[in-house]
Amino acid sequence: MSAISELSSLSRRKGKATAEEKKANGRDNKAAYIFLLPWLVGLVAITIGPMVMSLYLSFTDYNLLQPPEWTGADNFIRMLSDARLHNSLRVTFTYVFVGVPLQLAVALLIALVLDKGLRGLPFYRSVFYLPSLLGGSVAVAILWKQIFGTTGLVNQVLAMFGIEGPGWISDPGTALGSIILLHVWTFGAPMIIFLAGLRQIPVMYYEAAKVDGASTLQQFWRITMPMLSPIIFFNLVLQIIGSFQSFTQAFIVSGGNGGPSDSTMFFTLYLYQKGFGQFDMGYASAMAWVLLLIIGVFTAINFIASKYWVFYDD
Amino acid sequence: MTTNLETLPASDKKSAGAGKPTNHRKPRESRGTLAFSRAQRTKALTKHAILILAGGLMIYPLLWMVVSSLRPNELIFREPGLWLNSLEMSNYTSGWSALTHPFGHYMINSAIVVIGSILGNLISCSMAAYAFARLQFTGKKLFFGIMLLTIMLPFHVIIVPQYILFSQIGWVNTFWPLIVPKLLATDAFFVFLMVQFIRGIPKDLDEAARIDGAGHPRIFLRVILPLMVPALATTTIFTFIWTWNDFFGALIYLTDPDMFTVPVALRAFVDSQSATSWGSLFAMSIVSLLPVFLVFLFGQRFLIKGIATTGIK
Repeated sequence: MSAISELSSLSRRKGKATAEEKKANGRDNKAAYIFLLPWLVGLVAITIGPMVMSLYLSFTDYNLLQPPEWTGADNFIRMLSDARLHNSLRVTFTYVFVGVPLQLAVALLIALVLDKGLRGLPFYRSVFYLPSLLGGSVAVAILWKQIFGTTGLVNQVLAMFGIEGPGWISDPGTALGSIILLHVWTFGAPMIIFLAGLRQIPVMYYEAAKVDGASTLQQFWRITMPMLSPIIFFNLVLQIIGSFQSFTQAFIVSGGNGGPSDSTMFFTLYLYQKGFGQFDMGYASAMAWVLLLIIGVFTAINFIASKYWVFYDD
Repeated sequence: MTTNLETLPASDKKSAGAGKPTNHRKPRESRGTLAFSRAQRTKALTKHAILILAGGLMIYPLLWMVVSSLRPNELIFREPGLWLNSLEMSNYTSGWSALTHPFGHYMINSAIVVIGSILGNLISCSMAAYAFARLQFTGKKLFFGIMLLTIMLPFHVIIVPQYILFSQIGWVNTFWPLIVPKLLATDAFFVFLMVQFIRGIPKDLDEAARIDGAGHPRIFLRVILPLMVPALATTTIFTFIWTWNDFFGALIYLTDPDMFTVPVALRAFVDSQSATSWGSLFAMSIVSLLPVFLVFLFGQRFLIKGIATTGIK
């Protein structure tokens, strides 16, 4: 079970302890808490404590030097009229809602081609998987900066066909697209999850469909898609959550300023500039909570919508 | 107890990794038979053609970066092909010493953070996972739910106060802010991965050990840990790659060039370089990717299994 289905089944079963659990209840408390100690300390000191603290800071004006000064909802009100912030939201939404579906579509497509017992599968799988391991690195972002530069690899290739390409990353119209492409390039990880999911669909379903004369396309829509929908859902939730937090690629490709003309100014990049460039920690904390809220809302929408399209076998 | 473990059939260990046996698929009839129809062969060929084309396109930029790092600088902006006329190692020598310290200095810094993080994750996550998978205690469901939620928690929400905390205890420009959270199992993803794995280990083994008089620490150390080596390997490999690549944390906590890890050193290199040193920049980028590539080469099995088992329903 994935973390996500586990979480939803946990909330469904709430309150109903099994007989085994009741019998054993309380028996291992001491040992359990000793084993959990590092995690509990981390939860309080590194996760929940800072979360509460950042919620408090989001209502203050704080620059690290003077003690935080309570300003009420001021930071949030400032956000309403912060045009750069609105722009950063637009950039981030574009990145997430173009990049994620595109990446998952490619991942699914390649997984489908790879699936049916093809010779050399391990080799292909490695080739497609490698970029997703390297994609988060500064080195690959540097490579991207060159490839999509004015005299970069892409334009060199285009020049061979007599086409003069734009300066992809120096043109506000195409800079974000280049970074989205980098995201799509890392489709290997979801592809492997799809492959594992495809392998779990019982072959007899397809055999029965073939006997009934179903076409390949019908088989795809009536068997593969419903059976794979929990996996698609899992990938979708994880990729959306992850993509909202993307930072490194935009930072390196734009040289840290989200340029040209803020066209790659991700929300996280703006947050970093506010917090660690201008040391406006109150505002940065408020932004972080807005980000959490946005991610929470979209994850919730995802879960609600999943009732209509995700098919659970059990 | 140990003999008991060694006689455990290998297949049991394997299925423990996958959670449950998964392959419903029949053996492929096509392999090795002559009944391979022409249509099927055309279909397979088309697939191979698509895959080779797509794969080539995916890998080309990386290959081109390797080749370009071995070329004289000016060719990087003129030569889109992969043909090498001569091997130019000067990019590597000049890149290695282009920053305040030789590049090896940053690699050692990265290695320290990576080793600390791996040890931290292995110890703290396996302990938490044992409690969640095997022990009954009050608040278990609540804590387990919280643990799952923290997997999805954006790092940015806690970074500001975390930075304030670590700067107040004087940990900025040390490796502690990057290592200590791992010692406290904050990478909940790995806790979950290990819980999944431990659930697949037969409970009879614990029971047998308990009858022999073993307590939880003993069961954990002597029974569970040796059996969860594949999960530990997966954790090690993922932690290695993620920590080696980690930019955001290092960017915030390491501002002193003495303490730079590889990603922030590379970033300093990009910022400082003039248009003439792309070759050495590429060379050091390759150097920085090499450890990840080697881990990928030798640890692929664990990586793929790790993704597949945590991703599956």
